[in-house]
Amino acid sequence: MTIKEAQDEIIDEFALFDEWMDKYEHIIELGKDLPLIEEQYKTEENLIKGCQSRVWLHAELTNDNNIVFTADSDAIITKGIIALMIRVFSNHTPKEIAQSELYFIDQIGLKEHLSPTRSNGLLSMVKQIKMYSIAFQAKA
Amino acid sequence: MTTKLRHVLETKTNILDVELIRSEFPILSRKVNGHPLVYLDNGASSQKPQQVISAISKYYTYENSNIHRGIHTLSQEATNAYEEARITVQKFIGAEHSHEVIFTEGTTESINLIASCYGKKHLTSGDEVIISTMEHHSNIVPWQMICEEKGAVLKVVPINDKGEFLMDEYENLLSDKTKLVAISHVSNTLGTINPVKEIVAKAHQKGALVLIDGAQAVPHTKVDVQELDCDFYAFSAHKMFGPTGVGILYGKEDLLNDLPPYQGGGDMIKTVTFEKTTYNELPHKFEAGTPNIVGGIAIAEAIKYINKIGIDKIEAYEHELLAYATEQIQQIDGVKIIGEAEKKASVLSFIVDGTHPSDIGMIIDKLGVAIRTGHHCTEPLMNRFNIPGTARASFAFYNTFEEVDIFINALKKAIKMLV
Repeated sequence: MTIKEAQDEIIDEFALFDEWMDKYEHIIELGKDLPLIEEQYKTEENLIKGCQSRVWLHAELTNDNNIVFTADSDAIITKGIIALMIRVFSNHTPKEIAQSELYFIDQIGLKEHLSPTRSNGLLSMVKQIKMYSIAFQAKA
Repeated sequence: MTTKLRHVLETKTNILDVELIRSEFPILSRKVNGHPLVYLDNGASSQKPQQVISAISKYYTYENSNIHRGIHTLSQEATNAYEEARITVQKFIGAEHSHEVIFTEGTTESINLIASCYGKKHLTSGDEVIISTMEHHSNIVPWQMICEEKGAVLKVVPINDKGEFLMDEYENLLSDKTKLVAISHVSNTLGTINPVKEIVAKAHQKGALVLIDGAQAVPHTKVDVQELDCDFYAFSAHKMFGPTGVGILYGKEDLLNDLPPYQGGGDMIKTVTFEKTTYNELPHKFEAGTPNIVGGIAIAEAIKYINKIGIDKIEAYEHELLAYATEQIQQIDGVKIIGEAEKKASVLSFIVDGTHPSDIGMIIDKLGVAIRTGHHCTEPLMNRFNIPGTARASFAFYNTFEEVDIFINALKKAIKMLV
């Protein structure tokens, strides 16, 4: 599945929710289900410090040139959105990630979470994902 | 006490006509996310009554011009309005002279002004400045900066688990080396009302000066700077029903006269030649450039509004509101209040087991309830309690007991979703 297809799939899923509460309950569940990041990667270096919640992001390049992201947050809604982000970006080549455009957050009505006023580290996380893709591209 | 009983009491106690007051704040009738707005983020910024909004509009519609240097009618009218505003502020805080009232951009600038001007002239290597654990970053960082520059030492008065200032520890820290003490009147995160009069007296015994950060006190309690005998007092208009971008620095006349100017520019000079400039007298010495004229006029209007309602009534009503909210929130499992001082202003900070404050804040926002979450610009204080942040409801006199109920129900709903 391409990055675009993954985003479209999420948009379709979220279209099923009429109520904000259902949508948030879904996000909270996704947050709870997010595979835990290995403790060794919850380092100061991997910490994307926002004003409100903390986000850790770790990236690894596999032998077949895909980036695998793992992440965590101490806030559950943030964590749920991270789970979506990982579903979209993880297991793609650095080039694919670098060239991709992120639009699903906007489309599923969670734009406010990427606004600088929320300062929840998500905006920084998106930037960091792109940075990793550029860095791994340069290495290759 | 049941909610019903509280409602009956509310109408019976009749401290304030809250319905009438609410009708004077246009924003309070708007909806947020489909729900009536319940605004409990007054500690961050208060809402503005129509009286203040109208004064701002009137100024730009009929009165706008530059002050102090104009010969024409508009300029004289604007100058009069601005200087009358200064007198309104003087009376409000009980200052001896109106020229002891300096208009600034806000509390932050007021503190920076003193840190910079006092620090430059009087701090030297080995001198000490005392603050407390519960200070806002704006009453920490300016002192850190000047201490670093001058080789002075910053000392911190600890607090107890209830969030109270430890007077004994303070006395131990005070010494002949202490040059200045900078303490908040009311903690923005905990609501603790500090015994500032005693803090001032003890500092003066050691010959140290005292600056009080009054940003969270002025909207909620009577402040009399002469009674407190503080040397400097700082506060902001926007937390007391006025506009953003304007605040006050009060300073004792002789102390302000002794300090060098803060910024250079127009209005703060007496004469300028390329060889030497002489500075204007108080208060203009500290007000370089065209000031926030409308801000000054609007802060006076906000004070008139507060006076109309009565600060004592405001304090009494908010005390009841806080007591009710505290009692209600304590009945929710897993909630822990951060800040349980004996004397508190209307701030209710809390954490909930198994949740992050930002999750709580996001969900109850969807239900129309505005609170603040995070470290509230008091990171050292959060470290003291070993928590990443809190959720904070902060009340004003236009909040109702019914709104407390809506907030509590929204909180319960959020906890149910999150835990």
